[in-house]
Amino acid sequence: MRHIISILIENESGALSRVAGLFSARGYNIESLTVAPTEDESLSRMTILTRGSDEVLEQITKQLNKLVDVVKVVDLSEAAHVERELMLIKVRATGKDREEMKRMADIFRGRIIDVTESTYVIELTGASSKLDSFIAALDAGLILETVRTGVCGIGRGDRILKV
Amino acid sequence: MMISGAEIVIRCLQEEKVDCVFGYPGGSVLHIYDALFKQDQVKHILVRHEQAAVHAADAYSRSSQKVGVALVTSGPGVTNTVTGIATAYMDSIPMVVITGQVPTQYIGQDAFQECDTVGITRPCVKHNFLVKDVKDLAVTIKKAFHIAATGRPGPVVVDIPKDITAQVCEFDYPKTIQMRSYNPVVKGHLGQIKKAVQILQEAKRPIIYTGGGVILSDAADKLTQLARKLDFPVTNTLMGLGGYPATDRQFIGMLGMHGTFEANNAMHYADVILAIGARFDDRVIGNPEHFGTEKRRVIHIDIDPSSISKRVKVDVPIVGNVTDVLDEMLKLLDGGFKIDPEVADWWKQIEEWRGRDSLRYRQSEHIMPQFVVEKLYEVTGGDAFVTSDVGQHQMFAAQYYKFDKPRRWINSGGLGTMGVGLPYGMGVLMANPGAQVACITGEASIQMCIQEMSTCKQYELPIKIINLNNGMLGMVRQWQEMFYSKRYSQSYVTSLPDFVKLAESYGHVGMKIERPEDVEPALRKAFTEHKNDLVFMDFIIDPTANVFPMVAAGKGLTEMILAEDL
Repeated sequence: MRHIISILIENESGALSRVAGLFSARGYNIESLTVAPTEDESLSRMTILTRGSDEVLEQITKQLNKLVDVVKVVDLSEAAHVERELMLIKVRATGKDREEMKRMADIFRGRIIDVTESTYVIELTGASSKLDSFIAALDAGLILETVRTGVCGIGRGDRILKV
Repeated sequence: MMISGAEIVIRCLQEEKVDCVFGYPGGSVLHIYDALFKQDQVKHILVRHEQAAVHAADAYSRSSQKVGVALVTSGPGVTNTVTGIATAYMDSIPMVVITGQVPTQYIGQDAFQECDTVGITRPCVKHNFLVKDVKDLAVTIKKAFHIAATGRPGPVVVDIPKDITAQVCEFDYPKTIQMRSYNPVVKGHLGQIKKAVQILQEAKRPIIYTGGGVILSDAADKLTQLARKLDFPVTNTLMGLGGYPATDRQFIGMLGMHGTFEANNAMHYADVILAIGARFDDRVIGNPEHFGTEKRRVIHIDIDPSSISKRVKVDVPIVGNVTDVLDEMLKLLDGGFKIDPEVADWWKQIEEWRGRDSLRYRQSEHIMPQFVVEKLYEVTGGDAFVTSDVGQHQMFAAQYYKFDKPRRWINSGGLGTMGVGLPYGMGVLMANPGAQVACITGEASIQMCIQEMSTCKQYELPIKIINLNNGMLGMVRQWQEMFYSKRYSQSYVTSLPDFVKLAESYGHVGMKIERPEDVEPALRKAFTEHKNDLVFMDFIIDPTANVFPMVAAGKGLTEMILAEDL
């Protein structure tokens, strides 16, 4: 099962390595990881996309809670939430492909944020599956470079992760 | 008044009532050692290798209720401590390790004796700190002691760059500390405790299975009260020995890979397991699938939620400090309770298993290692602190020395670190001056930290070293005999030193004992005539002796190999 874990952690040097080290030491997988300070600069918020059985997820949340720097942990995906990922993708845009690329970006509600004679950089935001679909929809030979931020997410409505 | 960082370190130790620090000086900690020199409240034990400093601090903690402290320099000083820190971490021992670091401006420059201390120790500490500002020093040390000793205890490393120890600031040691990210649970959930008490009354084949958590929580008295009240059988893990009096009728021995026939069978066939401060590890339950074949209900009391339902599915989890939870349980039972009459039949079954006498061992013209431990038990009146190394001798010690009190059995259970025995003895004696301390070891293990005989001389630490010398890496040899068709690959030790002469060269007493009839007189002599000497007793034992019962790796708890089978 796919899970999105959100962590509030003390914004101190080495905090990221404690979390990453825990995952590798205990054999849990990380599909993506994002981290940045919150509105309270003493806290960072980390979002980890992982996969595992219910038992494994229970262990992951318990082990994360055990880290001294971790303030709060929540499995976002166990209730209503929204998730987004941002991708920048550089594609070859020459000849007939130039128009086709523009059209594909429009269909996926992407934005072209850099243009040269032969390339576009397209910015696309959405659920990870949408970004996957966009990549699948393009001719692989035209993709020059991709960069994705990894998933971040937030609970809907009154579900709030705060100290 | 402004004082230096080095003086702050020492003042913090004094505030924490630390009476003794184990360490080894070096460039990065020279300021701290200078501050140490100028006072006499905190005593310093100079070891011969940093690994021993950490082991000794670890045993200081295991044998008392206090936090052990080690002090080492940067680079190799730190890397030498890693085995000791990992050993303490696996057994949840509260300890603070203060490490020197190169000056702040040199960090990351591959400076002389620099290493990434926080990075290297991170996977084997409860927490670690790098102090970047002298103003943070006192509060960081306060946090270190707080984190080490509360919740599930563990080692904490405080890495202090040399320039920080030279800078000055006001000293203000906080009385208490609040951390928003660290608030361990103490009290168990009352609803869960009530549920547990109900299940205990429904049990027909109950067992109380306890581990190191009972010792760490100082809950041995509470456990004894509970067990007596319920009249249920009690088994201890290797780490839990002494948590319940081993000479008591209700005690059915240690369980697990080398547990008794009755303990392993009772654990497997129980319909209700009350697990207290134990973690169902692989050496305890054997193959989890085999263990899972019996239907049972499990109540699990542990301060660490991640220990619950990790290897065995638990029906009633109770997260809390063992002492507090047992206290609540006892209060509930005081309100009246009824035990299922079928428990009497269960006891009959257990007595039948006990009748197999699974710890009986064959006689030999040579000294049998089990016999030495039995005699040690007699000679010390069952009241010694016993440290051990790792291997066959460790299991013999656990099986044949009947621990009636907690904190008397000092060994590396989780990590299984050879070489701890002698430094453990040092730590025990510093925490319990004048106590009888025996280090049960083997000729292979003892050589892993044998340099500490020198430390023992300097500080007059009269440890009695019981060297069960079979000239083999006994446990390795046992596995090779049983599972590798007797191909004894690298398990034979040649070129052993003359241990008697070696002990004497350090200024200690050495004895070589080769005949069974000499065992008891030698031990008596060591503990009376040489009470105040370190005595190295080299017992030349039967090299073919094996540890039984044995649950082979991957086998179920009831699939034991008994001595009588062979």
